[in-house]
Amino acid sequence: MKMMKTVLATAIASSFVMGATAQADDHGMSDNELRIGYLADMSGTYRDLAGPNGETAMRMAIEDFGGSVNGREITVLSADDRNSPDVASSTVREWIESDKVDMVQGLVASSVSIATTKVTNGTDTLALVNGSAASSITNEHCTPNHIHWTYDTYPLANGTAQAVVAEGGDSWFMVTADYAFGHALEADVTKVVESNGGEIVGGVRHPLSTDDFSSYMLQAQASGADVVGLANAGGDTVNSIITAGEFGLAQSGQTVAALLLFLTDVHALGVETAQGIQLTTGWYWDKDEEARAWADRFYEETGARPSMVHAGIYSSTMHYLKGVEATGSDKAADVRAWMADNEINDMFAQGGYVREDGRMVHDMYLAEVKTPAESENEWDLYEIVRTIPGDQAFRPLSESKCPLVR
Amino acid sequence: MTMIFGVPAAAFYGQLLLGLINGAFYALLSLGLAVIFGLLKIINFSHGAQYMLGAFAAYLLLSVLGINYWAALFLAPLIVGLLGVLIERYLLRRIAHIDHIYGLLLTFGLALVIQGTFTNWFGVSGSRYPVPELLQGGINLGFMFLPIYRAWIVVVALVVCFGVWFMIEKTKLGGYLRAGTENSALMQAFGVNVPLLVTLTYGFGVGLAALGGVLAAPVYSVSPDMGSNLLIVVFAVVVIGGMGSIVGAILTGLLMGIVEGLTKVYYPEASNVVIFLVMIIVLLVRPAGLFGKGA
Repeated sequence: MKMMKTVLATAIASSFVMGATAQADDHGMSDNELRIGYLADMSGTYRDLAGPNGETAMRMAIEDFGGSVNGREITVLSADDRNSPDVASSTVREWIESDKVDMVQGLVASSVSIATTKVTNGTDTLALVNGSAASSITNEHCTPNHIHWTYDTYPLANGTAQAVVAEGGDSWFMVTADYAFGHALEADVTKVVESNGGEIVGGVRHPLSTDDFSSYMLQAQASGADVVGLANAGGDTVNSIITAGEFGLAQSGQTVAALLLFLTDVHALGVETAQGIQLTTGWYWDKDEEARAWADRFYEETGARPSMVHAGIYSSTMHYLKGVEATGSDKAADVRAWMADNEINDMFAQGGYVREDGRMVHDMYLAEVKTPAESENEWDLYEIVRTIPGDQAFRPLSESKCPLVR
Repeated sequence: MTMIFGVPAAAFYGQLLLGLINGAFYALLSLGLAVIFGLLKIINFSHGAQYMLGAFAAYLLLSVLGINYWAALFLAPLIVGLLGVLIERYLLRRIAHIDHIYGLLLTFGLALVIQGTFTNWFGVSGSRYPVPELLQGGINLGFMFLPIYRAWIVVVALVVCFGVWFMIEKTKLGGYLRAGTENSALMQAFGVNVPLLVTLTYGFGVGLAALGGVLAAPVYSVSPDMGSNLLIVVFAVVVIGGMGSIVGAILTGLLMGIVEGLTKVYYPEASNVVIFLVMIIVLLVRPAGLFGKGA
């Protein structure tokens, strides 16, 4: 009799479970495929920090997840946004309207991300922003249809600028890339410097992808500022640092603070040129065992070590797929709600969480570029100086201009 | 402190000098374009890619074969120039008899292929090429710190520019060249091998682009897209100077370097468009360019 009861109970319980799964399967999936679009700069200035290797990172996540979700095959579309907001918004519009893309991943230039999230807003498509820096993406440009994952300009300013001011760098000269990202970073740095008792004594705004920085470095030198802050990215930052070295800024007693520097940039500069530079990063491949293990797999696939953006792409794709599986839905609103309700614990972040403004909050790191003597191989580049806890790193919700925050 | 237009005099002279340095560099690159267009009527849109190839040739010579800067200064232009010879002999010659626009399209396509291939191989972050030991360091001029290497760029560029102008305008070889492009049938009747002359001229122009690349390698990061922005600027310089005018290309190069340099002080946001503004004005007022003959 007792035996009978157990069997019956098991049968009822399992039918519940089966029913539940079957129901999850049906309710929210819009069709018989889950489609993910990868949109990034595949050929220009920002190619190396995300680009084709970012697509590889995303495919690794899909593969690790098993290639399908809720019995639906996961398919990938990919396109080059050529750093153009126009190209990006027309591509994403086409993806949503004709290809029924459920999620857009990658998104590097801040102007591209802002344009893209304007298109996904109000649709069933979710955008996961990984490459971009502008903190305005989850501030005045926030939408219920996107999440900003890897980093933004707020912790970059907070981490690096605060550290440099603390070491006595009171007066700053800003060299800023003249578009959304540069302006956001400059604004965030100005705030941090001024609130820590320093001042901005001057600055220049240069066009994106400038070859020759000699004129700007000469102006920086003439300003007599303690610190030359570089609010630019990629090739612009690399060329700025080379030119600063050439014109002897260090010899004239000035410090160069590169506010956004990717692993790929430091690799290009080499430790000889970049040694001692302090920077803030969202992740470093050699930071712990789990990160190293994933970075090794990435290295096997691509022949390079992953940047923080590559790691963020993997992490956010994985969290998204888990959300689709758990909710049985591919609708942006359902999946984003799940993603916000569940903590992120993986090779990228421990205890990470998504706020109502779409910001994924996680620890950031203040790092220093190793000297040639300390660096053991071409990718052994950073020494982690300090961990900046997530709740101190990002813009507090109390300062938010995002209408989703009440 | 003396001020010039609201900028301290010392800073102003510094910017003027920097403008001149960049101008010398523009002059060298537009010279190659002007030689190719002036003598061959080929609008060489792969000039930027060939400049990039020069820088990469120097980089690979050093990193793979351990060949130093001084040797690369001769070897890189030679290697890339030979590539130019092949391009002329096997591609451009086939379309020489039809509209120039086809040459433009062919060289533009080639540039995209070359740049794409190198992006695929090397990525876009670029690589560092060290400044040769002899040219490291700088001189304090009082109003600015001048890196010795930048001074070296000006010297080389000006010497090469003068040499090329002299060769084409004042020597017998230059005379053959100009006559051959003017009336090739007649020159061939005199026993001059005009097709060979044309091939070598293209190779020479390409070599000049590569020389620019080697000179640039230690100051900019060596990357596949280093030539693509520059190409458009240099074309504007050639148009302002007058298509095909060698003196025009050299002087306009210097002038535009200064104009751009001063823009970077007074209104940096406009520094990448100021040359095109000048181009538009010149085209409206003097369609043949500042130094061009006839319209």
